[in-house]
Amino acid sequence: MVGNDMMPWSEKYRPQKVAQVAHQDEVVRMLSSALDDGQGNLPHLLFYGPPGTGKTSTALALCRQMFGAQHFKARVLELNASDERGIKVVRDRIKTFAQTSVPEGRITNKETGRAVPAFKIIILDEADAITTDAQTALRRTMETFSLTTRFILICNYISRIIAPLASRCAKCRFMPLPMSAMRAHLSHIASGEGLSISTQLLDHMCEASEGDMRRAITTLQSTSRMAGPGGDMDDEALVTAACLVPESVLDDFEAAVLGSCSFKDMSLVLTNIVDDGYSVSQLILQFGRRIQENTRASIAGLSDLQKSAVVLKLAEAEAQMIDGADEWLQLQDIGGRLRETVQCATNQGSLRHTIQSV
Amino acid sequence: MTGVGKMEQEHKRSGLMWVDKHRSTNLAKLEVHKALNVRLLNLVRQGDVPHLFFYGPPGAGKRTRVMGVLHELFGASAEKLRVQHRVFKLGDPPKEVEMTLVMSNHHVEMNPSDVGIKDRLVVQEMIKEIASSVPLDAFQTTKKKEQNAAGPEPQGAAAAGANTSNNSAAHKPAFKVLVLHDVDRMSRLAQQALRRTMEKYARTCRIIMLATSASKVIEPLRSRCLGVRVPLPSDTELVQVLRHVANKEGFIVTDSFGAKVVASSGRNMRRALLQLEASKSQNYPFSAEQQVTKADWELACASISDLMLVQQAPRTLLTVRQKLYDLLTHAIPADIIFHAIVANLLRQVDQELAPQLVAHAAMYEHRMQKGSKPILHLEAFCARFMQLYKAYLSAIMDLF
Repeated sequence: MVGNDMMPWSEKYRPQKVAQVAHQDEVVRMLSSALDDGQGNLPHLLFYGPPGTGKTSTALALCRQMFGAQHFKARVLELNASDERGIKVVRDRIKTFAQTSVPEGRITNKETGRAVPAFKIIILDEADAITTDAQTALRRTMETFSLTTRFILICNYISRIIAPLASRCAKCRFMPLPMSAMRAHLSHIASGEGLSISTQLLDHMCEASEGDMRRAITTLQSTSRMAGPGGDMDDEALVTAACLVPESVLDDFEAAVLGSCSFKDMSLVLTNIVDDGYSVSQLILQFGRRIQENTRASIAGLSDLQKSAVVLKLAEAEAQMIDGADEWLQLQDIGGRLRETVQCATNQGSLRHTIQSV
Repeated sequence: MTGVGKMEQEHKRSGLMWVDKHRSTNLAKLEVHKALNVRLLNLVRQGDVPHLFFYGPPGAGKRTRVMGVLHELFGASAEKLRVQHRVFKLGDPPKEVEMTLVMSNHHVEMNPSDVGIKDRLVVQEMIKEIASSVPLDAFQTTKKKEQNAAGPEPQGAAAAGANTSNNSAAHKPAFKVLVLHDVDRMSRLAQQALRRTMEKYARTCRIIMLATSASKVIEPLRSRCLGVRVPLPSDTELVQVLRHVANKEGFIVTDSFGAKVVASSGRNMRRALLQLEASKSQNYPFSAEQQVTKADWELACASISDLMLVQQAPRTLLTVRQKLYDLLTHAIPADIIFHAIVANLLRQVDQELAPQLVAHAAMYEHRMQKGSKPILHLEAFCARFMQLYKAYLSAIMDLF
């Protein structure tokens, strides 16, 4: 078969054991004790947390350690959003799998020498994409077959899981990874791949990926690939690979919308940003962070009220773009509103009114 | 390539529009975005590519670069394309889905958003099936690789771009490539459905996604890909390409006319070439006062905004409505119409009115995206703009 060298690094370096999962100490402790126990004292589980924090990896690693490669196929059913998961599938496929009994008597896992617990596991990945109807249909199934079947639900947003399902599971929260954990893992991969990478770039990489390990690893791989064999990895390659908006473009944007140029000139700058293909939502995100940091002169000069009006507009535009609104138009609108906000510095009353009216 | 083959190909290409005729698929030879092309070449020559995500405005050259990547990966056989128009039965209960697939032996191109909200089924069934099956020649290639493994890696991969088609064909990668167009137009559920598929079958299949705006592609998908931003060509690059094409076609673009084309195309390469071709067929040699020949829909959009600026009355709205219907029935996407009208207006209205104009435009465009009947929102915007403009004009009159 195709060798491992063809795999994306995020797959290649996926943790194989629960204990290898970075940073999620509480979850790891709980699951390790369930593993050591050997009796299969495992409740239904609900993993939730932002992307790239190790939810799917933990679930797969747990199953692999429990059943070993030998029994994995027979005992684990993995369903994700790429599978049809309407109510019919819950009734047919999940129920049928849950109903099948497991062989009686002691079966040993050859890899660990421990007994294989007497149940099967159904992993429902990306569970927040399951329809409410189908979730409702799951309720009874989970209870009725709990003797032979455990469920692991994985989702980004726990609020999208209906309460009756959530209350049937032990909840494990996965936290965004801190810089230190990311840095350690990235440098481990870098040395495994024989890359030389400066600590500064590594830091930037971790910062850019905001606690998302998968994104950090993909960025690392892309950056090294972009640079070519033996090529220098630099910030520029990083910015391109991670789809960031470069600082210089942000500077232009800031000068245009917070400065005193005419609307036509500002409009031109914004049009060029869109024409250059920068992602407007990424621009909003990075600009919002600049406002939060509050270190730059043109931003620090704004009053608190003005800043809130600016952030408000950014949020509004971002929400509308998620609905599918046109990037160019939204950016122009942001520009127009921000200019207004900055220029009506004296008119506090109207600003307050704008904010309150939302 | 043999002389006969070349002639055949030339003959095949002679009926094409210039945009397609002069599209080069050799990354090393492309004239626009040279730095980007070198990066892509570096990437591909290591024999392995991650999933790729190309984003940038239309007419920037995304597809051209994808073709270049495929060419570099698989050699000339990636260009032997066949088009299949088929009806698939997908889902349970089965629903009929019409899809157009463009494929070669190594890759499949499709546009899942074509089928509207049924795109989720396309991702869940078709794409998954394509992604999960191992390409037929994968086994052969790995065998070859094992043979090579004894000796040093063939140095051919690092050789210059000119003869890549030969040596990259020698060791083709053991995966196939799935090219998805307009990923930003795919529904949320369909995008969700792609997440695990991209990871699970990464051994056998690489996915190349193309999108106009990166904002509309969900973060989990973006974080699984290497993002490649393709900006529109700069004015100077555009002029160069126009000259180059003219040179090949055997005519001359004057500096002034080239500048006109560049200005009216809005840096969009495709539009610029189409306009150049249209202008040439209308009148050549170019005269000093000749205007760039634009597409009909562009003229129609321009006339809508002009009408609104001349007279703000219910009757204008009726004329405008007629024109909008015309445009929509000719299958011009509503967001492009909207964009064109607003851009035209923005060019002509006063500074004081511009912020209000964009604010309203943004609002109505957003509603249009959420709603289901674009015509209503287009009309609403037009009516609203005329009201704004009239109020503005009378306010100015009062000043005097």
